[in-house]
Amino acid sequence: MKEDSPDEPAKSGKSDSSTKSASQLSRRTFLGNIATVGIATTAGPLLQVGELEAQQVHQPTTDVAEAPTSAGTVPVSLKINGQTKNLQIEPRVTLLDALREHLSLFGTKKGCDHGQCGACTVHVNGRRVNSCLTFAIMHQGDEITTVEGLAKNGELHPIQAAFLEHDAFQCGYCTSGQIMSAVALLKEPCGKDDDAIRECMSGNICRCGAYMNIVAAVRSVRGA
Amino acid sequence: MYEFQYTKAGDVGQAVASVSPTGAKFVAGGTTLIDLMKLEVERPKLLVDINGLPLDRIESEGDGLKIGAMVRNSDLAHDEKVQQMYPVLSQALLSGASPQLRNMATTGGNLLQRTRCYYFRDVNYPCNKRTPGSGCSAMDGFNRIHAVLGTSAHCIATHPSDMCVAMMALGATIFVTGSKGERSIPITKFYLLPGSTPDRENVLAPGEIITHVTLSPPAQNAKSHYLKRRDRASYEFALASAAVIVELDGRKIRKAQVAMGGVGTIPWRSPEAEHELAGTEASERNFQKAAEAALRGAKAHKDNGFKIELAKRTLVRALQTVTQA
Repeated sequence: MKEDSPDEPAKSGKSDSSTKSASQLSRRTFLGNIATVGIATTAGPLLQVGELEAQQVHQPTTDVAEAPTSAGTVPVSLKINGQTKNLQIEPRVTLLDALREHLSLFGTKKGCDHGQCGACTVHVNGRRVNSCLTFAIMHQGDEITTVEGLAKNGELHPIQAAFLEHDAFQCGYCTSGQIMSAVALLKEPCGKDDDAIRECMSGNICRCGAYMNIVAAVRSVRGA
Repeated sequence: MYEFQYTKAGDVGQAVASVSPTGAKFVAGGTTLIDLMKLEVERPKLLVDINGLPLDRIESEGDGLKIGAMVRNSDLAHDEKVQQMYPVLSQALLSGASPQLRNMATTGGNLLQRTRCYYFRDVNYPCNKRTPGSGCSAMDGFNRIHAVLGTSAHCIATHPSDMCVAMMALGATIFVTGSKGERSIPITKFYLLPGSTPDRENVLAPGEIITHVTLSPPAQNAKSHYLKRRDRASYEFALASAAVIVELDGRKIRKAQVAMGGVGTIPWRSPEAEHELAGTEASERNFQKAAEAALRGAKAHKDNGFKIELAKRTLVRALQTVTQA
């Protein structure tokens, strides 16, 4: 965040959530809104829009140079953890922000927001990806799985149970990303030894340094 | 991030037609573009999503290979044919980025990967690549990761891709389609040195889309290898790397193809090293002569002089590895 104007974001869209509504607010108003939402739990910009019908297909104008500066919101339908969610969001909303800011799925974490830390890892059609580096609108029709969708009938995924068993975290911020990577790794061509686990998990950074226990947790599930 | 409009293309023709307005860009894996959009380095007015294009197959073509532009890095790296025929390509791909990013990044997108130069990525600094004529902040700035080969007075930004270094050594051919039809470009003619126009990085015409890449059949007795040197063991860009393909006849090198990464403003093919190696015995002495030849034109800046020696040793080690019995 720029320091020259602490109360106003320096430029449109520079805010963390990368949404127009948040960027136009001062920090004070923004925090005030969070409090309001927290008390009233009304459908605000941070909450799920609700079950909107997909009324129209978004058509770009042919002459972009003369198009109005605001592209506005468009209907986006996402299938997350087996459930279809209909949203009305801007094309610039990342999959990560759609999950957290529009669907209240806070299990997926925002770390670096640039594909360098892995905290935002989710599965798209069974493959792990960084949800911060892709737009939600690009995933209509895809099967998206977040950490909230791993447990089945109240039973933790074996990787989740192994993380608990092996104390594979400290602060927990990177954990959901680590778990999503570890679950995906089980189905990927990854070598047998611990070095291979470390290499296959290298897209997930842990600031606390719980790596030894993370490797132990993954190893225990692979049965190596 | 600035606002943009979005459309999804169903076929190549539609993609080319959709991207014609000024300020329109294709988005595939998004791992470079969306990153740079967040930094406001890229500010497209329209994104044309090409993830639905049927360009995601790896097919045999004669005794060679045809790789669709939308083939993801992870799929290419783990493809049986690639691992068998072009180990250097699989190794290069697996040395780049992380499993998550490799699941997203595409073959076409990786050919167009943008530099990691800090000043290019920070709109608060002058940068000739981002804003032509504004100056180069890296020239007298912190330039430890910057290039020593192919630089100009206007730009010393390094090309960051590993895949492209292997493709360069393999002599891939890039197929593109635009409003004027299809054409093919040898990868050795695809990238442009920065010169006085570092904003122009390749010979693609506006609106052209990469559809696929072809690789010639590997020569008999050819062995290949990719070696990458970096600041940490994984998930880091190269400080120096070498892609080598060597045809051996006993201990004699019949032919060598050599490309270097992490040191050039473009993925760096070295005909000098190849010439030095051709017809010689596979020996450390000859490898060192090749490495000297490869880096002969290198120009160090304040913080990156170490790369010249590192690159030489990387090439020597790669050649030792690939020529081991």
